[in-house]
Amino acid sequence: MIKVIYDGTWAGFLSMVFEVYDQKYQEVNIVPDSNYVPDIFGNDVRITTDQVKSARVWKGLKSRLSKSGRENLYACYLSEIKGMENTLLSFIKMVFSIDGAEEAYGDSAVLKVKQISKMVYREKHRMEAFVRFQLTADDIYYAVVEPDFNVLPLILPHFKKRYADQKWLIYDKKRHHGIYYDLRDVEEVYFKDEVVHTGRMDLQEPEVSYQVLWKDYFNHVNIKERKNNKLHIQHLPKRYWKYLTEKIG
Amino acid sequence: MSERVREKLKILSDAAKYDVSCSSSGSNRKNHNKGLGDTGNGICHSYTEDGRCVSLLKILLTNFCIYDCAYCVTRKSNDIRRTAFTVKEVVDLTLNFYRRNYIEGLFLSSGIFKDPDYTMERLVRVAKQLRVEHKFNGYIHLKSIPGASDELMYQAGLYADRLSVNIEIPTESGLKLLAPDKDRTGIIKPMNYLKDEIIQNREEKNIFKGTPLFAPAGQSTQMIIGASAESDKDIMLTSDELYKKFRLKRVYYSGYVPISGDKRLPGLDTAVPTERENRLYQTDWLMRFYGFNVHELLNTTFPNLDQEIDPKLSWALRNRHIFPVDINKADLYMILRVPGIGLQSANRIVAARRFQSLNWENLKALGVALNRARYFITCSSADFERRNLSGTQIKQLILSASQSRYKSSVSPQLSLF
Repeated sequence: MIKVIYDGTWAGFLSMVFEVYDQKYQEVNIVPDSNYVPDIFGNDVRITTDQVKSARVWKGLKSRLSKSGRENLYACYLSEIKGMENTLLSFIKMVFSIDGAEEAYGDSAVLKVKQISKMVYREKHRMEAFVRFQLTADDIYYAVVEPDFNVLPLILPHFKKRYADQKWLIYDKKRHHGIYYDLRDVEEVYFKDEVVHTGRMDLQEPEVSYQVLWKDYFNHVNIKERKNNKLHIQHLPKRYWKYLTEKIG
Repeated sequence: MSERVREKLKILSDAAKYDVSCSSSGSNRKNHNKGLGDTGNGICHSYTEDGRCVSLLKILLTNFCIYDCAYCVTRKSNDIRRTAFTVKEVVDLTLNFYRRNYIEGLFLSSGIFKDPDYTMERLVRVAKQLRVEHKFNGYIHLKSIPGASDELMYQAGLYADRLSVNIEIPTESGLKLLAPDKDRTGIIKPMNYLKDEIIQNREEKNIFKGTPLFAPAGQSTQMIIGASAESDKDIMLTSDELYKKFRLKRVYYSGYVPISGDKRLPGLDTAVPTERENRLYQTDWLMRFYGFNVHELLNTTFPNLDQEIDPKLSWALRNRHIFPVDINKADLYMILRVPGIGLQSANRIVAARRFQSLNWENLKALGVALNRARYFITCSSADFERRNLSGTQIKQLILSASQSRYKSSVSPQLSLF
């Protein structure tokens, strides 16, 4: 078993796939740099991220996978689940050897890619739903999130299209990065944590009023006679509550 | 924001919440003008403690009403606080909630004050202001008020994504009894007008790309369940007709919440029929997505749904001669009819079996509910249900092996038989 280390980036992952084919590695265990623990007898290989190689692999995948198949592959990568790279590699091997393999759900790697990507897309959808902007004194609508998976790259187009006429910032507190829209483009930003998530950003005057109105509304659309807490929590898991205006206080 | 707006919001959202429609999907309005908002597949931004989706700012423009419908909190004879929003207040709330990502848009309904035209004109004005003055491309659902002029109805279609008029009571006789000021013909009229306009708009759009959008998310309606003595068959036949004749996008079923001591209605201590509501929705899904004809599910010999089990299972138990189905050979149409197999697993089965024959383990991994499906299928395995079980036995086996949400509330009735 060869341990293959890559830098954790998408291009790095694709470069790694290239090397596995090029070097004809048989049994590998893929580890991102951040999880790498050197072991004494290890047979370790470090992959250099190479844009040309990664582009070649992606081109190959494009010819073998449907659009949704590629999206699912990328979503699984964003899941950051430990060991996912190994599943993805066996998925890719299937894809390159059998026509239409992305639908061969009898294969455990193929089914797993389908299932994990579904989880990631569910989280993406949740973030599109659960982001709560607050208007700051600098006219920026800002929100803090802690998604289970690294879904900011996936939600970016949605927010860019929707909030085209307001400046906004969505910050992933878990992964210490955010996306910021300045009325023209979206760029990735990094902040010193304490500024963003302690809410020390100054809010605009009417902001609190709208939060109160929203809470009022939320409480008044509820029908008490139909109370169903189990369903409530199933749809709105508790781990999301701390950033949901209507569930705070 | 003044305290007065707070009060209004409380009163007018309280009054609007019995309309269960929450959908914000089916439109295709894009943010073409670098304005605010964009519509897509619909998003539930939150969920109330009763487990319902909060997708739109759902409010009445006013709860003043000239009608006296027994089942409605806003009825004329009810002693409640009355108030009204101004157009500007609704516009302001919608925009500010939307900008904070609280909502997908606005669902605006209203009590009938003065007359239908006067009311409809106000609703249209809100939508127009949002679209034209504020370049708002989020979702707008307006009520079409029976009795309003065609011209206003047309205007509404130009600015709204969805329009709806509620059937309210599934049978004509029930409606006459509970809502003496309304009649079925009056309710159907705007629905019919809009249907024709929508069809015409879609045809024009096929020819001229620049044709303006007209109610891109179509029409929906709602029926109150359990306020009058209708059977499930009455409800679903009405529903089927609405889908076919008026091309509705959705029919909603709203279990009656007792809000009145009126003798014509179930008493104030009656529970909301949520189980029945759920079975009706399942039936609705079977009609729309699973290729079932309504008469297969409900008919003269079987006028009411079995509350204990889902309608597909119930149908399958009445049609044992069709089963078992071979998972590796049957066409999608038949696979969709197997209890415990949903749309997604059916499609995955059909895709996956091109590569290998599927066995029980594969099916389980694909998401099939084997506790129900196993009595109705064979697959690539010598192990299948060989016992000669009766429908009643199968039902009991499934019920005893599952933890139905409804079991505890339904089982007391079993002892009657």
